[in-house]
Amino acid sequence: MKGYNFAYLDEQTKRMIRRGLLKAVAIPGHQVPFGSREMPLPYGWGTGGIQVTASILGASDTLKVIDQGADDTTNAVSIRRFFAKTAGVATTTVTSQATVIQTRHRIPEKTLRDDQIIVYQVPQPEPLFRLEPSRIETKRMHGLADYGLMHVKLYEDIARFGQISISYDYPVMVNDRYLMSPSPIPSFDNPKMDMMPALQLFGAGREKRIYAIPPWTKVRSLDFDDHPFRAINAPHPCGLCGATDSYLDEVVTDDKGGRLFVCSDTDHCAERRAAGHVGADGLQKAAE
Amino acid sequence: MMREDTLISARGLGLRFGAIAALDDVAVDLWPGELLAIVGESGSGKTTLLNVLSGRLAPDEGTVWYRDPAGALHDVHAMPAPALRSLHRSDWGFVHQDPRQNLRMTVSAGGNVGERLMAQGARHYGDIRAAALDWLGQVEIDASRIDDLPRTFSGGMLQRLQIARTLVTHPRLVFMDEPTGGLDVSVQARLLDLIRSLVARLRIAVVLVTHDIAVARLLAHRIAVMQRGRVVETGLTDQVLDDPQHPYTQLLVSSVLNA
Repeated sequence: MKGYNFAYLDEQTKRMIRRGLLKAVAIPGHQVPFGSREMPLPYGWGTGGIQVTASILGASDTLKVIDQGADDTTNAVSIRRFFAKTAGVATTTVTSQATVIQTRHRIPEKTLRDDQIIVYQVPQPEPLFRLEPSRIETKRMHGLADYGLMHVKLYEDIARFGQISISYDYPVMVNDRYLMSPSPIPSFDNPKMDMMPALQLFGAGREKRIYAIPPWTKVRSLDFDDHPFRAINAPHPCGLCGATDSYLDEVVTDDKGGRLFVCSDTDHCAERRAAGHVGADGLQKAAE
Repeated sequence: MMREDTLISARGLGLRFGAIAALDDVAVDLWPGELLAIVGESGSGKTTLLNVLSGRLAPDEGTVWYRDPAGALHDVHAMPAPALRSLHRSDWGFVHQDPRQNLRMTVSAGGNVGERLMAQGARHYGDIRAAALDWLGQVEIDASRIDDLPRTFSGGMLQRLQIARTLVTHPRLVFMDEPTGGLDVSVQARLLDLIRSLVARLRIAVVLVTHDIAVARLLAHRIAVMQRGRVVETGLTDQVLDDPQHPYTQLLVSSVLNA
């Protein structure tokens, strides 16, 4: 596009971000500061993810952008269109065809390959920020791997609610060393991060931090021996494709208490329906 | 220089804050299971000495040696930060005058007691909770309060909770900075009684800073009197208090009623 550098950011900025990314990959789970730029979208809409994507994108890449698993929501559509315009790269909604996937709040259901990169948009990179207000102190805690405080939070949950009540942004230990926020993905997606073949990059624009998980790295969700981690999901099959192993969104369908549980990963759901899988609500619609 | 069995041994400690000598050639020895009281008026360097001994403040000169459970000697101020931190979380404890400095006020009593265990790697909820219940019992806090927030506790209970939180990892050495300060007399008496029995039963060595001669007399085996950054007199508690040699100690003892 005329008047803009490839993928919007200037080359110096991209180089700076790539240096940050290299450091982040070298120290899995460690938060690397970077000079976050103003982007043509508000903080909280993915300014960190979009800068990371802009820095790693090449002309031959195919980009997929998802927001809460969906390819067709405002955030996903506008970021996808942004890169189609400023970088001229091919875009797709099909997980298996993408080489770079930028995501907000989900990991695709389809297992990622070692030739793919997933970029997470992160609002708050510091997993301890609700527990320890001082950033100097949390940095020291990371430096000394002093993470008892996070377990105090889990202890409090069990003492108060009988179970660990964190359903998203569930803290993980990366490579047995750094405590890391997985960004606000549902805890359902946490097991997918463990030993993932794809490179995982995290960008927090407002907080000016980058971190990463290299391929095939151990990622463990925190828990207690007698209260093991468990992924939370609605106990229903998908209403449209009948899938029982995917993360579900609850959709209110009318004002009489009608509810529909559907896959949050729209590409996964569409693919299953194309292959002939039909859920309970899909059958009903067909009958109507 | 250091005897075989000393737990902590400091020599030639000096620290200046500008023109003021907070510590001037101070030497301290502490043996396992011993309770040493550091007394003196405000500004005499008591708390500074406590902070230097515990590695929280670096001295300008002098060395603090610490003997770990395996018998190896460590220069406290030359230790790497992670090692010092883990020492503070396991073998050492620190009891502040204001329990709010140490406690997490937004975390339940049980979580407060369990934190040091979890920092040490305890990952079994049932065991942590059992230990918390046991320790609440030992400091005479009702078991039904385990899930209550510390802000619902009285001042004396907060101080006892802080002691439980500190002792849960069975430290061999505890630093106490005016643990009975700011409490009314009857609560003080109960707390002193508790500290004395816990320390004797668990054989914990304690460095206790206090300006209250009565507290020192009740608890301490040995006493060190400080004035303007120097230790002016040291010896067995009864000996020092009943037969003070240094003029300042004489003044200190004579100024206390019924000490």
